[in-house]
Amino acid sequence: MKVHQISLFVENKPGHIAAPARLLAQEGVDIRALYLADTQQYGILRIIVSDWEKAARTLEAHGFVVKVTEVLAILVTDRPGGLADVLGTLDGTGINIEYMYAFSDVRGDEAILIFRFADPDAAIARLQAAGIKLMASKELLKQ
Amino acid sequence: MNSVLESSVADCNPASEPDYTPLTQLRDLQLQRLQAVVARAWRQVELFRSRMDERGLAPQQIRSLEDIGKLPFTAKSDLRDTYPFGLFASPMKDVVRLHVSSGTTGKPIVVAYTKEDLDVWTSVMVRCLAGCGLHRGDIIQVAYGYGLFTGGLGAHYGAEGLGATVVPASTGNADRQIMLMKDFGVTAISCTPTYFLHLIDRAAELGVDMKELPLRAGIFGAEPWTDSMRRHIESMSRIEAFDIYGLSEIIGPGVGCECRQHQGLHVFEDHFYPEIVDPITGEPLPDGCEGELVLTTLSKQAMPMIRYRTRDISMILPGRCECGRTLRRIGRIGRRSDDMLIIRGVNIFPSQVETALLQIEGTLPHYQIVLTREQGLDQMEVQVEVTPQMFTDKIGALQGLHDRLQEALDRVLGIRVSIALVEANTIERSEGKAKRVIDRRTL
Repeated sequence: MKVHQISLFVENKPGHIAAPARLLAQEGVDIRALYLADTQQYGILRIIVSDWEKAARTLEAHGFVVKVTEVLAILVTDRPGGLADVLGTLDGTGINIEYMYAFSDVRGDEAILIFRFADPDAAIARLQAAGIKLMASKELLKQ
Repeated sequence: MNSVLESSVADCNPASEPDYTPLTQLRDLQLQRLQAVVARAWRQVELFRSRMDERGLAPQQIRSLEDIGKLPFTAKSDLRDTYPFGLFASPMKDVVRLHVSSGTTGKPIVVAYTKEDLDVWTSVMVRCLAGCGLHRGDIIQVAYGYGLFTGGLGAHYGAEGLGATVVPASTGNADRQIMLMKDFGVTAISCTPTYFLHLIDRAAELGVDMKELPLRAGIFGAEPWTDSMRRHIESMSRIEAFDIYGLSEIIGPGVGCECRQHQGLHVFEDHFYPEIVDPITGEPLPDGCEGELVLTTLSKQAMPMIRYRTRDISMILPGRCECGRTLRRIGRIGRRSDDMLIIRGVNIFPSQVETALLQIEGTLPHYQIVLTREQGLDQMEVQVEVTPQMFTDKIGALQGLHDRLQEALDRVLGIRVSIALVEANTIERSEGKAKRVIDRRTL
């Protein structure tokens, strides 16, 4: 149920996101979702791509420091309160969300949110028990 | 050959015999050679003779080793001022090799060797390598620059003299260096420590596990490096890392080297006489006291150096080494008296920055110091490359790393400096000596 996400350390300077983006383009790797966390000095570029192994290999071979993390893709009904319902299932469980962002696609009346949990397994168990839909990589990356 | 036998062969290398000369005999030899070299320099080198004359000193007045303190110092500027051949003590027909040291500022310096000088150089390099446990049958990759720099050829002839197989790779082309190590089963490498760090990183990128190579010894020199760096190198590979010391003005690499005890560097005292002096007053300091290393060549023909001020800060370690060598040891050189940076009135050595960075777990020593001046005030920025070990995909954790680095640097340096985490492989890698400081201060 987990999805592989690639994180890259980038300096907060003009042009520093272009280089990895160009490399992935050359390798035919499609960026499906992207999230940039930044400070004044540097940032972390988090991406979900069509082929994470190829992306990690390519970037590392070109000297980038890459971290592969496992995140969850959660389907949230696209209506007021959709997100609050999902988060509500985590109340009182001690399951901590490190960060979250929205996936670029919308499936029907459902939006896809990407969550990074400190303990993804505990989160999967809790969310599934509450009837929340998670998406597997294959399904998520289907064009 | 089994390993026990191999090590006993190394210990018995006849080339190492002078390392164990009984002390009284060694001191007699040193005095005899000191008197001869002073007489030779006085006869042949005008600058030296005029300085002796100024002091009213004649070569015959050197009657004991302690009298060395009466002799005038030689400084690097003397080599520059007499460029190119002003300090030669042999006619050019006897000089068989010239080397040139780049020098960071101004004119280069030239050093000369007679055939005998080259033989001495090779013999001390053989003793270095034998002391590191290397012998015939080893395959030694020499990844110092070949050419005007003394590192490449010095290590080359030493390794050949030992009877080892030499791979004269010179510097550059890390991928090829790694391929040669792997394909030839190289057992020892000689290069600068920072270049080896670069090879470790590159090998990891190429998917080559350094720990699976037969490489078992690294002889690293030409720039100061620390014990923490040694631990890092040794944890990333299976090698035993040795510190070797030398400088072109004296002979090149091979002035001193660690033995397998790793308790300081034995100076090949039958050829190079060490003293430690106060870097400001020039007064001799007792054993165990830190000061500037001063060296006198005892056997050099083409270009004798009398009391040469190395600018390297070290000490003579008291007591005998457990290896049994009678040669005195100097402490590892962590800094040079001319590396010192003065930032807002505080003295800072780049090695202190390294110490602070290494206190933080997972920080590899790829760093650079950038000095600028803003509104008349010196600013120092330490740029640290983010490595895979350090990187997490959480901003908070990176911020935490930044704060820990800041704290360690503030504590060690005593002044506030700024820290920049930069992308991996963006700080320029040197193939020779690492360039740690970029000074962009303008008046």
